[in-house]
Amino acid sequence: MGVGRSYCVALVGLNGYIVEVEADIGQTLPNFVILGLPDAALNEAKERIRSAAQNSGIPLSRRKITANLIPASLPKRGSGFDLAITMAVLRAADDIREIGGTVFIAELGLDGRLRPVRGILPAVMAAVQAGYPDVVVADANVEEASLVPGAKVRGYKTLARLAFDFGADPKELALDYNPVDIDVPEDDADNAPLMPDLCDVSGQGEARRALEVAAAGGHHMLLTGPPGAGKTMLAERLPGLLPDLADTAAMEVTAIHSLAAVQSTAVRLIRRPPFENPHHSATSAAIIGGGSGLPRPGAASRAHRGVLFLDEATIRQNTLRL
Amino acid sequence: MRAKDLLGRNGEALAADFLENQGMRIVDRNWRCPDGEIDIVAIEGDVVVVAEVKTRKSLDYGHPFEAVGAAKLARLHRLSSWWCREHDLAALRTRIDVVSVIDSGVGEPQLEHLRGVG
Repeated sequence: MGVGRSYCVALVGLNGYIVEVEADIGQTLPNFVILGLPDAALNEAKERIRSAAQNSGIPLSRRKITANLIPASLPKRGSGFDLAITMAVLRAADDIREIGGTVFIAELGLDGRLRPVRGILPAVMAAVQAGYPDVVVADANVEEASLVPGAKVRGYKTLARLAFDFGADPKELALDYNPVDIDVPEDDADNAPLMPDLCDVSGQGEARRALEVAAAGGHHMLLTGPPGAGKTMLAERLPGLLPDLADTAAMEVTAIHSLAAVQSTAVRLIRRPPFENPHHSATSAAIIGGGSGLPRPGAASRAHRGVLFLDEATIRQNTLRL
Repeated sequence: MRAKDLLGRNGEALAADFLENQGMRIVDRNWRCPDGEIDIVAIEGDVVVVAEVKTRKSLDYGHPFEAVGAAKLARLHRLSSWWCREHDLAALRTRIDVVSVIDSGVGEPQLEHLRGVG
């Protein structure tokens, strides 16, 4: 017994910070405490971890477990810390071997399966940049995590199999448990609707020239004219003129969309410049992003390196003033 | 006597032997006052040890230690000062220990002992 240690990543917007997870098992009455400014979802990790460990055949110690997330002053949010805390606790109880510098990012199901979390791409990017290339994620997150150059990603379906690879005693482990794959909707490039092309437009020579200039130079553009003049049709054809995104830009865009996804769906790099067309009644939060907990990017962020199209600008005064 | 009471009484006897083997002197058993009951009072050095014994047949309904919550601990603290006052030992330090006994009826019962739990 002693102190177990593992690593995870805390996301603040798109920036990730390495978090060291310490776990200690005290010789006193059973309890489970998580220190280091956890939010409600992270505080509930205790119950998820206890059940998941029990159902994986590697029950947690029935003593006082203290998990400390360092730096303690950085607020931590969400369920992605479940696995790192579990591994630190198992290490503290000497149930598994020394972990080293491996980073664990996954949520645990009560049955002991590893569940994907959102924002895997920016989290893995931060881990690699901070010098922690060994990353363990849920099976369903492997493709997305593997997009990061230099990352050594391992994916697992269940806690039992992960614990086995870290030297847990296989006698009691629920190694046979094989949960059904979590369905991740494919965003197959072949099924993507064709991008509208500027060649569809007849006439409008001046406006087309203006679009080309804006695309070439990355300029802002204002289209005015009577209803039915073709402003929207022209604007929708701007992304088609833009070249594919370069490597760094593609990573930035994919990372933003990974954060925006409710379920993790980013399984490939986004290479085409995004196009965002928020409705004219969209609130400021919908456009600039926000939300408590893990803030979600708004339309303006999702249009990063692409096109943000604000239709009906005259009746958007409240949001545009931001 | 009902089965659960018998189990508890057996557990307390086992725990008392166990604590004696640890070098403690048992000075009181099942001491009662209007506020509740102390299972075992022992002296170790110059410390009064108030021990709560929890006995279970299996882990099916959780570990015995998990049955000792904050309210129980608070009562044990109150009881320990009552006991000391009644025996003119209020100058001594007190400590709360918990002993768990898991007695499945097959083989040797398993005892665990936590010192100074709060």
